[in-house]
Amino acid sequence: MKELHVTPISNGTVIDHITPGRALDVLRIIGITGKGLNSAVSVVMHVPSVDGGWKDIVKVQDRELLPQEVRKITLVAPRITINIIRNYEVAEKYRPATPDEVVGLVRCANPNCITNKEREPVTPRFAVVTRDPVRLRCRYCERELDDVSPHLM
Amino acid sequence: MGELLGRDIVSIHDLDLDEIAHILDVAATMVPAARGQEQRPLLHGRILAELFFEPSTRTRLSFESAMKRLAGQVINFGELSTTSVVKGETLADTVRMVESYSDVIVVRHPQEGAARLAADFTTKPVINGGDGAGQHPTQTLLDLFTITQRKGAIGGINVTIVGDLKYGRTVHSLAVALSRMGASLTFVSPASLAMPTEIVEACRNEYRKGNGGSVRMGSDLESFISAADVLYVTRIQKERFPDPEEYRKVANTYRVDVELLGRAKGSCIVMHPLPRVDEIDPAVDETEHAIYFDQAFNGVPVRMALLALLLGAIP
Repeated sequence: MKELHVTPISNGTVIDHITPGRALDVLRIIGITGKGLNSAVSVVMHVPSVDGGWKDIVKVQDRELLPQEVRKITLVAPRITINIIRNYEVAEKYRPATPDEVVGLVRCANPNCITNKEREPVTPRFAVVTRDPVRLRCRYCERELDDVSPHLM
Repeated sequence: MGELLGRDIVSIHDLDLDEIAHILDVAATMVPAARGQEQRPLLHGRILAELFFEPSTRTRLSFESAMKRLAGQVINFGELSTTSVVKGETLADTVRMVESYSDVIVVRHPQEGAARLAADFTTKPVINGGDGAGQHPTQTLLDLFTITQRKGAIGGINVTIVGDLKYGRTVHSLAVALSRMGASLTFVSPASLAMPTEIVEACRNEYRKGNGGSVRMGSDLESFISAADVLYVTRIQKERFPDPEEYRKVANTYRVDVELLGRAKGSCIVMHPLPRVDEIDPAVDETEHAIYFDQAFNGVPVRMALLALLLGAIP
């Protein structure tokens, strides 16, 4: 069988076990638009996962993620594994947990929620109702949000 | 059960079942004073600030009556058009200003979550008097009080809720509270105004804990009427429909009249948060079933209980 090669990275981050279909959301969260890049980014979509399902993978050369970015990614892809690569070796590998409370990362989907009112000094705050799939409840209007991606701040 | 002194009552979910039971017990003791038959000057020298950012009749008048029956004072900003709100003041700033003038604050606001935000900006207790299509916990409490008064207990009874179950803010928190207390629920509405799935699921989750209740749904009121111990009727609100034609289609779907109630249990009580339009025939008012005006009165003793508890006049 002919193998499809995705360039290994020498230094950087591999975000593995992304919920299938969410790779582009992950790129958006980490601010990769395709412009102004000086290093390699590989996006692998819909490949078999060891657990029998499917997954997406994102590899970013010369980049380690900020904790805030990792927290946001767990809201669209709760099963991710982060591999930090240094000199072609996996220097660190972890499965970040979805936080119990989501503060200042997501806007409420309810347009009539007070947190969407201009000038009110309020940071959107959500309780995590379920982790996989991610379901959030607004602390203010109590509406539940099940597709977080369009509402990320 | 936690201490109610100083607490915010923003959502019915802020209260556990023991706390709800305590509030209802205290409310029962307030009934004679709420009727003016005895004096209970428990809140002499205390001030309630009403921040009403949208019109309200029953909620506002019953809070004022409740505070005054307990010998307290009420302040409010009168016409909204004369306030600093129209100059662009934020709700957060309005609350920070008003907290220095009062001991307890009631907020009614057209946007969901407003009362929670208000509570974040003051150390004084905040009561939600209705936030947009969101919560209205004192309405839920007075509904629970009315049912308890008439039925003795809530566990095991059947409450049939009919009308606009999608947009009606009072029925969502009422349904969840009733399911926690073990009442069985029947939701009757046109398909386009059905109870939101998350509310139905929240009720089912309560029943899974084994309190014996169950939930049924349908659109034909006649087929459910004979099982109802409580028939809770809501208005289908014209202002919620962007298209008048859509409103016309469902507007007169349900009309509770004497003939329909002839098929109900003799002990079935008919409740309505008011105002009603055409959904209950005025001839029903004369029957033993009709308790909606008593229900409206119950807003006073329930709010008296809550004010006295939050301000520490009663433990």
